[in-house]
Amino acid sequence: MAGLCRLRLETCMKSAVLVFPGINRERDMARALKLASGHDSTMVWHADTALPKGTDLVVVPGGFSYGDYLRCGAIAARSPVMDAVRAFAADGGLVLGVCNGFQILCESGLLPGILMRNAKLKFICHDVHLRVERSDTAFTRGYNAGQVIRVPIAHGEGNYTADAETLKRLEGDGRVLYRYCSATGEVGDLHNINGAAQSIAGIVNERGNVLGMMPHPENHVEDIMGCTDGRGLFAGLVEHLAHAA
Amino acid sequence: MKARVTVTLKNGILDPQGKAIEGALKSLGVEGIASVRQGKVFDIEIPGADKAKAEAALKDAADKLLANTVIENYRVEIV
Repeated sequence: MAGLCRLRLETCMKSAVLVFPGINRERDMARALKLASGHDSTMVWHADTALPKGTDLVVVPGGFSYGDYLRCGAIAARSPVMDAVRAFAADGGLVLGVCNGFQILCESGLLPGILMRNAKLKFICHDVHLRVERSDTAFTRGYNAGQVIRVPIAHGEGNYTADAETLKRLEGDGRVLYRYCSATGEVGDLHNINGAAQSIAGIVNERGNVLGMMPHPENHVEDIMGCTDGRGLFAGLVEHLAHAA
Repeated sequence: MKARVTVTLKNGILDPQGKAIEGALKSLGVEGIASVRQGKVFDIEIPGADKAKAEAALKDAADKLLANTVIENYRVEIV
């Protein structure tokens, strides 16, 4: 805990965590945000039409919004609060979507592509390794480029896909920030846990202010969790906002 | 008026569920099946008798929610 306090910068990261029926990771997320920033998040209900004033970061947490009915994230993506999130993102505001949150961001059009059923059809729930592809973004500045981190995944639909043109653009623009890999950073079919195109675990939008990722960094932030590799993402966001302020 | 919207995966989109069903049919000994693709069917009731209006509403529904046009096609029919 003392280590976290030392890392804490003088900033007032105002984060809003969206809550949809069936979401179950919002408290984990709020806890990780508080650890990193020292400030409580505001929980924002899906039927709200506005975000709290002065919000710096919107987080769409994981879970099973609307029981994954129709398509994962499809119904949540059309809820009233998402119009406010779209406007916030269009203004350059930071948006982070994790797991179901990633699916919701894809369904809402904030990120391209879609998360399909895992290639082997199984729900997968264990730790995976991720290679951080670059460190010069708001969502990765807490890591080094090429660094391998260990974080848990828990999903049945995390198999990212998009049309060939979009995939080419994502790679060409360096918008793949996290990729499934081995413990030593090799990327390949063997380590591509859910069959995602190009082992994609997390991508950003064109402007670089909206990140979607399937793994759960918020579940590896305290010693008691057995690993703290997820901290870098949140510490990086706090640092980014401190520098922007 | 009764209507039906059928949502199917676009060609070239991998369908692991369809593949699993295909495999299960083979292991059941069901003969003469080359391949299976899984889709969704929505049966929808529409008030009134204006066909054109109904079709427009169904198309709107499919575009906005029922189908994800990144990976899916849809067909609208009044039955």
